[in-house]
Amino acid sequence: MDLYRSHILVCAGTGCTSSASMEVRDNLKKEISRLKLDKEVMVVETGCFGFCNLGPIMVVYPEGTFYCQVKPEDAKEIVEEHLLKGRIVSRLLYSEPESEIKVSDFDKIEFFNHQKRIALRNCGVINPEKIEEYIAHDGYFALAKVLNEMTREEVIDVIKKSGLRGRGGGGFPTGLKWEFAYKTPGTVKYVVCNADEGDPGAFMDRSVLEGDPHSIIEAMAIAGYAIGAEQGYIYVRAEYPIAVNRLEIAIAQARELGLLGKNILGKDFNFDLDIRLGAGAFVCGEETALLTSIEGHRGEPRPRPPFPAVEGLWRKPTLLNNVETYANIPAIILNGADWFSSIGTEKSKGTKVFALAGKINNTGLIEVPMGTSLRTIIYDIGGGIPNGKKFKAAQTGGPSGGCIPAHLIDTEIDYDNLIALGSMMGSGGLIVMDETDCMVDIAKFFLEFTQEESCGKCPPCRIGTKRMLEILEKITQGKGVPEDIDNLETLARTIKNASLCGLGQTAPNPVLSTLKYFRDEYEAHINDKKCPAGVCQALLTFYVIAEKCKGCGICARVCPVAAISGKPKEPYVIDSEKCIKCGACIEKCKFGAIVKM
Amino acid sequence: MKSLEELKALKEKAKAELSIRDKEYLAKIEIAMSTCGITAGAREVLNSVLEELKVRNLTNVQISQTGCPGLCFHEPLLTIIKPNQVRFVYGKVTPERVKKIISSHVINDQPVKEWLINLE
Repeated sequence: MDLYRSHILVCAGTGCTSSASMEVRDNLKKEISRLKLDKEVMVVETGCFGFCNLGPIMVVYPEGTFYCQVKPEDAKEIVEEHLLKGRIVSRLLYSEPESEIKVSDFDKIEFFNHQKRIALRNCGVINPEKIEEYIAHDGYFALAKVLNEMTREEVIDVIKKSGLRGRGGGGFPTGLKWEFAYKTPGTVKYVVCNADEGDPGAFMDRSVLEGDPHSIIEAMAIAGYAIGAEQGYIYVRAEYPIAVNRLEIAIAQARELGLLGKNILGKDFNFDLDIRLGAGAFVCGEETALLTSIEGHRGEPRPRPPFPAVEGLWRKPTLLNNVETYANIPAIILNGADWFSSIGTEKSKGTKVFALAGKINNTGLIEVPMGTSLRTIIYDIGGGIPNGKKFKAAQTGGPSGGCIPAHLIDTEIDYDNLIALGSMMGSGGLIVMDETDCMVDIAKFFLEFTQEESCGKCPPCRIGTKRMLEILEKITQGKGVPEDIDNLETLARTIKNASLCGLGQTAPNPVLSTLKYFRDEYEAHINDKKCPAGVCQALLTFYVIAEKCKGCGICARVCPVAAISGKPKEPYVIDSEKCIKCGACIEKCKFGAIVKM
Repeated sequence: MKSLEELKALKEKAKAELSIRDKEYLAKIEIAMSTCGITAGAREVLNSVLEELKVRNLTNVQISQTGCPGLCFHEPLLTIIKPNQVRFVYGKVTPERVKKIISSHVINDQPVKEWLINLE
């Protein structure tokens, strides 16, 4: 590598790539070589910055100028103005949503201000396809430290003292898991990484694999040393092609430098890694199903105990952690258990990555200390709710989690507080809902997902989720009866208690938590046949407000079923028997005279 | 790679190449690169700065471009900014002068007074 006067970091994560960041990169390179700046300016592909709704994103160093929503045709202007003439292209800068002040220095953007990045420390900072850039940021020094200075017991002790808990959702203490795997006798053991991220809306694991794959390789090697394993597997879903590709590159580079393989760093320690691709089943994120799938069988869970730490892959002791959990390990080894445990709350240490989605201005990926309030996440980092709408609830933990209603917005988010509220951390998906979201419909959406993804091995999950979904469908279609709520609760309890694995045991959570906080919405659907949020089509009636209607007749012309009639210049009328509630009339009416209720 | 020492050596080398993305710097060099500056030879000056930094293995110097400050008659202009110091502006800079400016000012903190244009 040569010295350059400027580095342009272009996000090459899945989010920005799908909004054409690679075309931006190509155009930048073309313009740079057209103006003969090749020797002065280097274009670097990097991982996700987390600010996905503003993609494609790029940062120009040494100034640290942050450009967002860059289109391929903007490349010429950026190169000519910024790189050739040294003038910042202000129209491409980020502007804060409230103040509309343009910010060029990306350290000063509110979105990044409240964050503390440990798992995402290198995402958007280094080129994930260059092992040298990872090493420049202390990469593989944690592995060198454990191999040179620490016994296996000491490594496990540090992880235990750090208070790190599993980031995949369960929140089991990671150090304890390592200790179980270490203490189980056996000459062959395995280290496995769960990268089968399946919760709708959660993509932190993908981001780590795409932006910092070496951190996972390093952490797995450390785990291998600690428990006495020589082989590891990364189980990653095939729907993450960029992540798989970067992992392959990273593993090859680590082997080439001797950081994987025999006698790593000249020590008596061998470790190697292979990738296994998931074929798209959500249940394979469950640990026993995942291990069964690696073995080449149909991905179905099995009862525990025995736990994988005792009897896992090919019936050997196996340590299984999630991507985000591993991403924390090198930082903990290098900075110490005390450093890590000084961050967070009493029982939840460190930080957590959340994927912000739904009705929020800044959708994207954020990492905050445990114990950060929902208010800070939604209003300070997330930039609030779009279009001046009111915050109604936040769904955490995806299809296994529950919702937190607006009056609990000051809750400090950690594992135990979420459980107490009837939700869970899950993998960290955080979906924000406003007043126009129907909670019954949301519960139905998540149950549709788990019902579809149920593997079918155990009846409570296979049949129970189907019956629950049928009841929810009935309610949203206006055919609900008062007993439905009791039936839902009975089914939910049975499924939770009797299901074989985590998928079934948590599947009723979205229904239970919406019943807990928004029971009145269920009752409105069942008793009044109304959807208060105006979402459930079957419960809506479209009608014309006579005072506002000018009688232009455009609604009658767009109605596909001829349900609207009237005379010109007189108020029109909608025949609710014929109306199919498609909404075409509302869209076309210039006077806002048609409403649904 | 078979030892911690080799890993350390690789880190130092890689770190140097990435130092442009750090917040700390030994000095910032700004080169005025509007039409007037470029015509007067600012690009050659810039290239010689890059070359000189590379030869001397000075990786913690940031280079950036600026627009025309209006002193077109002094072009090419080169400004040296050291942490917590005033700006030193050099005029009529040539690739030959760059070498001396870097060795005496950037490295040894001795501005080359006869080429400065912002001191009485």
